[in-house]
Amino acid sequence: MANSTPHPAIHQVIHQAGRVVLGKERQIRLALACLLARGHLLIEDLPGVGKTILAHVLARLLGLNFHRIQFTSDMLPADIIGVSIFDRGTGAFQFHPGPIFAQMVLVDEVNRATPKTQSALLEAMEEHQVTTEGETRPLPEPFFVIATQNPSHQIGTFPLPESQLDRFLMRIELGYPDHAAERELLAGSDRRDMIATLTPCMEPGDMVELQSSLAQVHASDALIAYVQALAEHTRRAPEYETGLSPRAALALLRAARAWALLDERDMVLPEDVQAVLPAVASHRLHPAGGASGASAQEMAAALIGAVPLP
Amino acid sequence: MAKKARKKDEGAPLTRSHELWLIACAALTLAPHAVHAPLWLSLATGGMLAWRGLIWWRRRQLPPRWLLALLVLAGSVAVLATYRHFFGKDPGVALLILFLALKLMESRGVRDALAALFLCYFLLLTHFLYTQSIEVAGVTIAALVVITATLAGLAHAGRPASANLRLSSLMLVQALPFMLVLFLLFPRVQGPLWGLPMDAYSGLTGLSDTMSPGSISELSLSGAIAFRVKFEGKPPPHNMLYWRGPVLRHFDGRNWRPGRQTVSTELPYAAKGPDIAYAVTLEPHNKAWLFALEMPALLPPDAVISSDYQLLSRTLVRARLRYELRSHPGLVPGTEESTETLKASLQLPAGINPRARALAAEWRRQLGDDEAVIRQMLGHFRREFFVYTLTPPPLGKNGIDEFLFETRRGFCEHYAAAFVFMMRAAGIPARVVTGYQGGEQNPVDGYFIVRQSDAHAWAEVWLANKGWVRIDPTAAIAPSRIEAGLAAAVPEGEPVPFLVRSDLSWLRELRFRWEAMNNSWNQWVLGYNPQRQRELLSRLGMREPDWQSMTAALAVLSGLLMLALTAWALRRRIRLDPALRAWNRLSCKMAGIGLARYAWEGPADYARRVAEARPELAMEMERVAALYISLRYDRRKSRRDGLMDGKNEDGKLLQEMNQMIAGLKIHAAR
Repeated sequence: MANSTPHPAIHQVIHQAGRVVLGKERQIRLALACLLARGHLLIEDLPGVGKTILAHVLARLLGLNFHRIQFTSDMLPADIIGVSIFDRGTGAFQFHPGPIFAQMVLVDEVNRATPKTQSALLEAMEEHQVTTEGETRPLPEPFFVIATQNPSHQIGTFPLPESQLDRFLMRIELGYPDHAAERELLAGSDRRDMIATLTPCMEPGDMVELQSSLAQVHASDALIAYVQALAEHTRRAPEYETGLSPRAALALLRAARAWALLDERDMVLPEDVQAVLPAVASHRLHPAGGASGASAQEMAAALIGAVPLP
Repeated sequence: MAKKARKKDEGAPLTRSHELWLIACAALTLAPHAVHAPLWLSLATGGMLAWRGLIWWRRRQLPPRWLLALLVLAGSVAVLATYRHFFGKDPGVALLILFLALKLMESRGVRDALAALFLCYFLLLTHFLYTQSIEVAGVTIAALVVITATLAGLAHAGRPASANLRLSSLMLVQALPFMLVLFLLFPRVQGPLWGLPMDAYSGLTGLSDTMSPGSISELSLSGAIAFRVKFEGKPPPHNMLYWRGPVLRHFDGRNWRPGRQTVSTELPYAAKGPDIAYAVTLEPHNKAWLFALEMPALLPPDAVISSDYQLLSRTLVRARLRYELRSHPGLVPGTEESTETLKASLQLPAGINPRARALAAEWRRQLGDDEAVIRQMLGHFRREFFVYTLTPPPLGKNGIDEFLFETRRGFCEHYAAAFVFMMRAAGIPARVVTGYQGGEQNPVDGYFIVRQSDAHAWAEVWLANKGWVRIDPTAAIAPSRIEAGLAAAVPEGEPVPFLVRSDLSWLRELRFRWEAMNNSWNQWVLGYNPQRQRELLSRLGMREPDWQSMTAALAVLSGLLMLALTAWALRRRIRLDPALRAWNRLSCKMAGIGLARYAWEGPADYARRVAEARPELAMEMERVAALYISLRYDRRKSRRDGLMDGKNEDGKLLQEMNQMIAGLKIHAAR
């Protein structure tokens, strides 16, 4: 197709990650697209389907320094952000940064912590900086949070409120591996050992460069009209309680641009929008009447089918 | 299990807002029925609606089914007791009213609500069986908007009320052109379709065919409209506006009744002199009388004239009737009157009113001349301080004597009766003429309005060389009644109809406007009868409009309207990017082999799907899709702002795309 500016390394990432996280290329691509679009990712699924592995693999391959925080119900904001401790040697308070100070932060089971702790994390995600004791400290660039959460009907969880779900650019589900992938997984070597053998394909600077090249991906009037038509449909149609906000429409367009970039294109096609729609829109839409039962995929498919291309 | 099955049968349960809307619909539909429904029914319906509202407010349970069954039974028995049967308009509507109120009591699911709403629609229609006034039309339209909005709300739970109302108003506005076409073109039949003779025409007021002391003054208390008149040219002065009604010849001592008369389609006199042309719109009064200025010069269609010059319709006037007339106000007919008629016009009951008889006989002796006796009588009214009043004292057996010599207070029927009695006693043939006198011009639309309060009685005497001469004794007592109308003539403080009083000018102004609006409604909406329909259609160029051609025109016009509305709805599709048009053309071509593009399908996906299904088309499809993508989604297009005139690069791409699509050879699947 037209003149593209592929970054060979990014395909290397997809390929390598696919070797460890089996049969989940689509989710790997979505996660990368989310990263390219400077968004944060929420993975919602049952324990044990590979959420942590995926985050770990991506951090490793992208050459980003990686911290993992396991959220618990007794966690306090300082446990994430860090604390100042009086250093007797220098006679001054010394800030000890918390685990949030990393390029890629994996927050496991984000819905186990209390709302207070959750909101400290989400504020950092939004602002790319943290403020403690009157001092504002920037977080490293790129800064990328992958949060995992268990389905909220499980006991001992504080479900994220809608306004905070909105901070995540995408929400994806991993799902069980298919038959062949599971066989390979069972037959293959231990995944944690494999992560240790992975070598980074990129440097942090490459990622920042790629992120800034996103603006070069062209979205034509016809395509913007399509994104708008999708958003307007959700506001008009009776099957949704509330429609997509303008912020959600912007997120959809940004994610579609990233998807096009992964596809080595310098323009966005309706297919890109449709590819990212389930991940971008499903946690922002609520079916009317409180009747939920349709999965994110089904809801997105219904939305796509209802809106003709302009 | 059984409960579950029933639940499914009822459809989705109603939300609280649905229930409120439903109650509002029923209230709006039922309220206007209170005007004509029996009191017990209105009370029962109002009570049930209030009960339902209370249940809603307090979130109580709906009443149990056995109670509802009991209410149905009780209501049906009450209807039967009121009307004695279940057939016909009134009992039918009463039952429906009852059932709608009861249906609300058991409406749990959407299915029940739908049934109740459709019943509402039907009950709205039944308002028009009773009256077709502007008020009812207004209330009906308002109720229609609300019911339709409720229906829209049932289809989309959770949509805001304002959106439902907007949608339903929009739908009604879209239906307007269809309503107009149907109104103008639907083949019409004369008279109300639902005319059930048993109970259709009760409660109409107007002149009666007997006159007794007090009968006209009673009628004068009503401000209701008797008829409206539109004069061609300048209207005649007030004192010439004598609208002739029943002529009363037979006197039994108290009541005046019409005598025997013959009818004919020929005028019983020669029409001559200056004439006035006008059109009368008569309100229904359930009598055959047509009111005309004295004396009519030609007969409207389907009318006859009696031997005492009263216009009569061949059928009873049960719907508003419009007729055009010419009259000669100066005409004095009847120079050659039959002796039988003259004899009947001298009839007097024996043995009563001796003083009046004696006075008449004395005048006869003294004066001799007929005309001198008439002058003497009128002068007597003036000299003896007679009073014109709406509230005369009651009279006994010798009513004329009492009136002439004792009370001296009376309304027009007292004066006309006393005058005719005295004339007859003096040997001059005389009779009472009833009808209306005067009328009031509405400055808004120029129509004259003649009300029941303009009801009047005057006298006619027969003079040998002149014929029947009109003498109005009221003019001698209270000339202002004849010059200016009732309000000016009666003493202050008398119970003149509120709307006729002359001192409330702002109210009169308002009333004139309202009556002018009502009149246009009558003339243009209700008065649109088969004859007017024919006139309008032939003016629009339809020769010989019969029901077949009207139906055909109706179908064609409705079809055209539908097309226009569809085109309006689709107008956005017409302004298409040429690349998209070519792309759609490709899809149309592919539809021949079952590979039409889905409306939501992106170009790359579509090309891939076609290529998978038909590998031989893969190369072309890929190329066309690439062209389309670069035309529609690539940055170059926006850079050049969509110039596609065949000279620039985009034009070349488009040309190539068009050529490829045109050259695409698609064979049916083998």
